[in-house]
Amino acid sequence: MKFSVTVQQQDFDVSQLCGALQGSNSEVGGLATFVGVMRSSNAGTALRSMRLEHYPGMTEASIRDIIQQAGERWPLLACRVVHRVGDILPGEQIVFVGVAARHRGEAFQACEFVMDYLKSQAPFWKKETTVDGHSQWLDARDSDRQALGKWRRD
Amino acid sequence: MIKVLFFAKLRESLDCAECSVPLEQTTVAELRAGLIEEGGEDWQQALGASNVLCAVNQAIARDDHPINSGDEVAFYPPVTGG
Repeated sequence: MKFSVTVQQQDFDVSQLCGALQGSNSEVGGLATFVGVMRSSNAGTALRSMRLEHYPGMTEASIRDIIQQAGERWPLLACRVVHRVGDILPGEQIVFVGVAARHRGEAFQACEFVMDYLKSQAPFWKKETTVDGHSQWLDARDSDRQALGKWRRD
Repeated sequence: MIKVLFFAKLRESLDCAECSVPLEQTTVAELRAGLIEEGGEDWQQALGASNVLCAVNQAIARDDHPINSGDEVAFYPPVTGG
């Protein structure tokens, strides 16, 4: 499995990332992708912007580790994660997770797995600013942690 | 010297992004307790909170994890990426 992780301020181009994921590998039968986008409101309050902070070094290592776990669980050909940091505006893209595999089953599963684990484990922190100018750090959600339950293998 | 980093809301509450602690050897729990003792009430409230996480040399670490001089330690709130 080829894989890479980038944390960057700039926006990304999904079709370019998909093209690179597939590359020239004729074994690829399916690409599964997810794009996280900033919503324009939180619990009914309109948002002006969001700032994303990370832990340079650990964040990338954490995501690489998650991808490697996915690669051990499913037969994957390639995986790409791009996550933005810095200032993000409503409607803008935040994160891309793409997985290439021979078959759609593993591509879909691995994509969801990587996203679920990224949300619970990767060191990023979001601070939202409302249209009134009030800023607040987001609290981690129980639902994100609980989503990991679906991946437990008993 | 142990390099200690603080992130996000924790950094703001402590008004500190980074500090150096002149210890040769300690553990996560001991380091945290020492920082709180030095820092006072605000540090107790922020760093003493039960949901504060820790990493040593960029890997998640529990209370009993050993720390040596030259290590990088980070304390941070639960993560909210994605």
